[in-house]
Amino acid sequence: MTSIEVTNLSKHFVLREGLKRNTLKAVDRVSFDLTPGRTVALVGESGSGKSTIARMLSRLEKPTSGQIKVTLDDGTQVGGSIYRRHVQMVFQDPFASLNPFHSIEHHIARPLVIHHRTKGREQTHERVLQMLERVNLTPAGDMAARRPHELSGGQRQRVAIARALAPGAQVLIADEPVSMLDVSIRLEVLNLMARLQREDNLAVLYITHDLATARHFSDEILVMFRGRIVERGPADDVILDPQHPYTKLLALAAPDPEQAGKVIATETTFDHKSFDNQSTFNHYTREWTSADGEVLERV
Amino acid sequence: MTNLTPTTEPSIGDAPDQLAAVAGALGEKPRSALRAMLPTLTPWLVTGLTLIGLIALFGIVGPFFVQDPTVIRNIGLTAPSADHIMGTTQTGQDVFAQLAYATRGSLEIGLLVGVLATILSAFFGILGAYIGGFADEAFSLFSNVFLVIPGLPLVIVISGFVPPKQRGLWTIAVVLAITGWAASSRVLRAQTLSIRNRDYVNAARVSGERSFRVIAVEILPNLLPVLASQFVFAVIAAILAEAGLAFLGLGASNSSTLGTMLFYAQNGFALPLGAWWWFIPPGLIIALFGTGLSLINFSIDEIINPRLKNARLYRKRNKTALRNEAARLTSAARTGKTQRSAS
Repeated sequence: MTSIEVTNLSKHFVLREGLKRNTLKAVDRVSFDLTPGRTVALVGESGSGKSTIARMLSRLEKPTSGQIKVTLDDGTQVGGSIYRRHVQMVFQDPFASLNPFHSIEHHIARPLVIHHRTKGREQTHERVLQMLERVNLTPAGDMAARRPHELSGGQRQRVAIARALAPGAQVLIADEPVSMLDVSIRLEVLNLMARLQREDNLAVLYITHDLATARHFSDEILVMFRGRIVERGPADDVILDPQHPYTKLLALAAPDPEQAGKVIATETTFDHKSFDNQSTFNHYTREWTSADGEVLERV
Repeated sequence: MTNLTPTTEPSIGDAPDQLAAVAGALGEKPRSALRAMLPTLTPWLVTGLTLIGLIALFGIVGPFFVQDPTVIRNIGLTAPSADHIMGTTQTGQDVFAQLAYATRGSLEIGLLVGVLATILSAFFGILGAYIGGFADEAFSLFSNVFLVIPGLPLVIVISGFVPPKQRGLWTIAVVLAITGWAASSRVLRAQTLSIRNRDYVNAARVSGERSFRVIAVEILPNLLPVLASQFVFAVIAAILAEAGLAFLGLGASNSSTLGTMLFYAQNGFALPLGAWWWFIPPGLIIALFGTGLSLINFSIDEIINPRLKNARLYRKRNKTALRNEAARLTSAARTGKTQRSAS
């Protein structure tokens, strides 16, 4: 079993405008843990730094500062090329994440071959079919020979999940895995991920801006706002008892079918750019803390 | 009553269905990626391929069957006859034989330059864009410099600088390649920049693919149509440029090309003497070869921009729909007539 400990992770982008240089703090001192069998949801608006965290965790982007520590059960640290064997990612857009030139088999066989999970062509083919069956893509033999454009969005996302699990990954980063799918298929894909998580005891980071699925699917919710985590806690607590003004706004913005026709928020309520992102509310300790970890207020 | 029949009007959304139907009808096996990239056989493509095929065949096989092009006879400039089907030059050399050898020479140059220029442009365009940062800036600057260098004058200077004895086929090919790769490299760079940020490239990197494999297996296949089109253009440009150089007397010294033929025709006063058989055949072959390659290029364009392909599909569908409608109307009229006559 593999767990990840993220401490004070930051990513700063330098924006050049003529001679002026500005620093954009896309992610600012973010800390959290991913442990086997648990799902952590990362919620927040576009541009709040959710995807940047995913890209740093999957090593597509180098952190400016902070640490990502991957530890195995026996306490050994994982780094270097083995890192990718343990941490894998499912991308947001299934129409962009599969190479139109290659067959489905290629997409799943490559990680198997790279990480020496299988030996020889036949064993690899065998394993590819197994993986496809695990994600409910049947008949597997037919699916393996197809190319991405012959599959629907939901099917493609299953392929992407199979690819992520192919190296035997224990940590799965799902960057808005269902936001590009039809509403009718979303639940199927989410349930598939939940089943795979149970079977393999995966640690999952579920990135989304949909509070409903975040609550349904995860144990813990982290709310991100302008690069900082402003609220964290058990899923139900965060949704039912939001403390930070931004989380309150998010909870308010989810339509409530029992209040049909009522104005739930005026446009001025959504003017949230002025909200403070420096203090964090922790539902476990019921404390407001500053960015440096000082306790500001106990609720 | 007329409204009861379902309309057969084609809509744009039907195209993928029809594509799928066509693919389904063609075979049970899913088509391989390379097969799907091949252009469909259109009249243009067939014309282009036929032209190129015939000219290439002439260049490859022709020299084995014709007379010796260098033999000088004291018959002077003669019009086409049974002995010399394309007449002779001022010095009595057989034009048809010269044409066969010249076509082969031009094809060699074109192919050589096409390959060299494509390799150069792929190297500087794709690699720089994929690595990014300083390498990209450096490669980009390098190709920009080559882009603004005026090609023909540079070619003239270089070929003039190399002594005629060493000015062989390879020299000319290298000179033409290094002056001709820059524009394609810019296009490839732009395409690579777009592709390298797509999710499937990121996904391959997350899977643990090495950079070399990411470029060769994930990015390069998606650039194939662009590369093919650039190769075809490089061949046309090279044959034309070589003809221009040779016409100026700066061509390869040890081989004859269509350009050198034109050069000798010009020197031998073919035009004032009205010896059309001397300069029209090489000119025509250059023109037809260019036309053929351009026609092929149009078809490659359809792969790069599938909308062009779909547009053709809609037109075809429209026609079929109209024909079906007409057939339905006539058959309806006929049955109406028979019913009336029966009653």
